Amino acid sequence: MKKALKKYWPIFLLPTFAAFIIGFIIPFIQGVYLAFCQFTTVRDATFIGLSNFSRAISDTTFHHALWYNIAFVIVSTLAINLGGLAVAMILTRAIRGRNAYRTVFFMPNLIGGIVLGYIWQILLNCVLSLLEKPLLALDATAGFWGLVILMCWQQIGYMMVIYIAGLQSIPDALVEASEIDGATPLQTFFKVKLPMLMPSITICLFLTITNGFKLFDQNMALTAGQPAHQSELLAYNIYYTFYGRSGPQWRGIGQAKAVIFCIIVVAISLIQLGVTRKKEVQQ
Amino acid sequence: MKKRLLALALVAALAFSALSACSSTTDETQAGTAAPTSGETAAGEAETPAETEGGTAATGSVYYLNFKPEQDAQWQELAQIYTEETGVPVTVTTAASGTYETMLTSEMASSDAPTLFQVNGPVGLNSWRDYCYDLSGSAVYGELTSDDYALIEDGTVYGIAYVIESYGIIVNQTLLSEAGYTVDDIQSFADLQTVAEDITARSDELGFAAFTSAGMDSSSDWRFKTHLANLPIYFEYQERGITSTDAIEGTYLDNFRNMWDLYINNSTCPPAELTAKTANDSLNEFLNGQAVFYQNGSWEYANVVGEGKYTDADVTMIPIYIGVGDEANQGLCTGSENYWCVNKNASEEDIQATLDFMEWCVTDETALQAMTGGEGAMPSGGAGMAFAIPFKQAPESSNLFVALDAQMTAEGKTPVSWNFTTMPSEEWKNMLGSAMAVYAADQTDDNWAGVVSAFVDNWASEYALANGG
Repeated sequence: MKKALKKYWPIFLLPTFAAFIIGFIIPFIQGVYLAFCQFTTVRDATFIGLSNFSRAISDTTFHHALWYNIAFVIVSTLAINLGGLAVAMILTRAIRGRNAYRTVFFMPNLIGGIVLGYIWQILLNCVLSLLEKPLLALDATAGFWGLVILMCWQQIGYMMVIYIAGLQSIPDALVEASEIDGATPLQTFFKVKLPMLMPSITICLFLTITNGFKLFDQNMALTAGQPAHQSELLAYNIYYTFYGRSGPQWRGIGQAKAVIFCIIVVAISLIQLGVTRKKEVQQ
Repeated sequence: MKKRLLALALVAALAFSALSACSSTTDETQAGTAAPTSGETAAGEAETPAETEGGTAATGSVYYLNFKPEQDAQWQELAQIYTEETGVPVTVTTAASGTYETMLTSEMASSDAPTLFQVNGPVGLNSWRDYCYDLSGSAVYGELTSDDYALIEDGTVYGIAYVIESYGIIVNQTLLSEAGYTVDDIQSFADLQTVAEDITARSDELGFAAFTSAGMDSSSDWRFKTHLANLPIYFEYQERGITSTDAIEGTYLDNFRNMWDLYINNSTCPPAELTAKTANDSLNEFLNGQAVFYQNGSWEYANVVGEGKYTDADVTMIPIYIGVGDEANQGLCTGSENYWCVNKNASEEDIQATLDFMEWCVTDETALQAMTGGEGAMPSGGAGMAFAIPFKQAPESSNLFVALDAQMTAEGKTPVSWNFTTMPSEEWKNMLGSAMAVYAADQTDDNWAGVVSAFVDNWASEYALANGG
C-alpha cells in the first residue's frame, strides 16, 4: 500500500491541488492586487498604490459596520453556542421522539439565507407593528436583535448536532465515576463533561465567529443596511461599496475593505483556535 | 478489489471536478481571443437560417444586457425574429430589478461581454465612459429625432436614448367621480390637497383612500427618492437657470415636504408601515380600487390597462403639482434614463452586428411595432413594449400616458424635465430615501431636518466624491 502511494501520489494530489490553485490561490492573489488598483472591471485595472486603503479606513460607514459586526459576533456566538449546547444536553437524554426533535431543530439550517431573511422580515415587522414600534428598516437596534434571533434560529440546530456528537463521545465510565464519587450534576457538567467537550466547542466557536463576520444574505434580506447604513455588517458594507456606488474609484475601495476584513477575520479566528485548543484535554 | 474500485472512483471524481474547473476557466479566458462565433444559447437557433439565407454571412453576434425586466419577453422575441431574418445570433439577458449595475460589472469582465448595454444618464456614464463606442456617424444615431436624446460630450456620442417616458400621478377616474370630482378640478397643488384630504375624511364612507401606499421598500422607493425629488430640483434649476450643480440649495424643500405629507397621510396604510410596502403592494392597491391616485410612469401602462385591469377610459395621468411655478402650464415629467451604449471593447464584427441590430430595431416595421405597440403588437400576439421612442420612423405609441404627454405639450404645457439624472450618486438617493422613510414614520421637524440634510449636504459631499476623487 505504501509503495503504491509513493508511486501514485500525484494522481491523488495534483488534480485537487490544481483546482485549489485555480479556484482559490489565483483569485486570492488577484483580489489582493486589485485592492491597490482603480478599476471598473477586473480585466483592466490601473495600479494606484495605497490610496484605496486610506479611503477605506477613513470611511465612517466602514467603522460603524466594524463595531456593529463585532457586537453582533459577540452576542450571536454566545447565544448560538449556549442555545446549541442546551438543546444538545436535552436531546441526549432518553426522551421519546428525540430523533424527530433533532431533525426539527436541524432543519432551519437547510433553508437559504435570503429566504430566511425575507420570512423573518415579515414576521418581525408584523410583531413590531403590533407593538407600535418602528419597523426593522427604521431602527438599527431592532435590526440588530432581529438578525441575532434569525441567526440563532438558523444555527442552533447545526451546533446542536456537533455538541450531541461531542456529548455522546464522553465515556459513560467517566460520568459514572464522578457520580459515584459524589459529584453534583453541576459539578459533573463543569468538571467532567465540559472539558471533554472542548474539541466540539473549538469547532463551534470557530464556525459561529467566522459565520458572524461573513454574514451577508441574511443582512441584505432582513434590513439591507437600513436606516442609512446603520445596520450594515462588514460583508454587506463591502458589497455595497463595490456595487452600490457609481464611479470607478469605489471598486478598488471595496476591494481594499475586503482585504482588511480578511485580515481581521483570519487574525481573530487564529487567536480563538489557539486559546480554545489549549483547553482541550486528552482522555 | 473493492478497495481498489473505491480508490479508482475517488480518483475519477477528483479528476473530474478538477478538470471541469479547469475547462470552465480556460473557456472564459480563451473565448476573448477566439473568433466571436456566438453566444452558446443563440448559436443553436442561428445555425439553420444562416445557411439558408446564404447571402448575409453572419460574422458577428449581439449580446444585449437589458435593463427593463418588464420588457424581457418582448426583447427575447425580437431577438429571435432578428436571428431568423438575418442569421445573426442575438442574445438578450435581462438583469433582475435593481441588479443591473452588479450584473453589468460582472458581465463586462467576462470574455463574452455584452455588446449592447445601458446607462441611466450622465452620472451612470461616469462609470462606463471608457467602455462606450462613439456612436456619431452610426445609422441609429442618424435616426434620432433630436440631439437632446443623446449623451454627447465633446462631440462624442456615448449613448442614445431609445425610449422617452413620462411620469405623473395616475388617476382612477371612476373612483374620483364617485368622490364627486373630476380631473379638471385638479389644476394645482392646492386643488390636489383639497381633493385628497376630502377623500381621506370620507374614506370610511367611500371605501377607498386618496393615494396608494408610498412604499419605501427598495422595489418602490425610487418613485419618491428619485422621481418625486426631481420636482424640487427641476424648479430650482429653472430658477437658477442651470442644468446641473455641484451644490443644491433646496429652495423648494418646503413644497417637497408638503407633497410628501400629502402622500403619506392620505394613503391606504399608516405612514409608519411604509418601509415594508413594496411596488407590488402599491400597484395592487390601485388595481383593486383601494385608492384614486398612484404616482408612477408610462412604463406602468401595461400593468394598469389591459385585460382584467382598467381600460383607457378609466385612467388618466396628471402632473405632479408641488405648488411651485406656473402650475396651470405644468406638464408631465418627461425624459429618459435609458441610453443604449455599445461596448467598444467588443470585436469589430460584433460592434458592426450590434449597430445593425440597433438600426433594425428603430427602422424595421415589425420591430417598431413591437417597441411602440400595446396589446397584440408582437408577432406572437403578446403585448408590445408600448414605448414612445425618439426615432424618425417611429409610429405613434399606443401608450395612453405617452399620448397624454404629447397632448399636454401640444396644448402649450411645459413638460418637467428629468433632472434626477444629475443627482450626484445612487448613495445620495439611498440616503434621501432612508431619511424620508424615517420622517414618514415619525413626522417631526427634527426628522425633516434629516431629510433636508440628506438632500442638501449630501449633494455637495457626494458630488465632490463622484467628481473629485
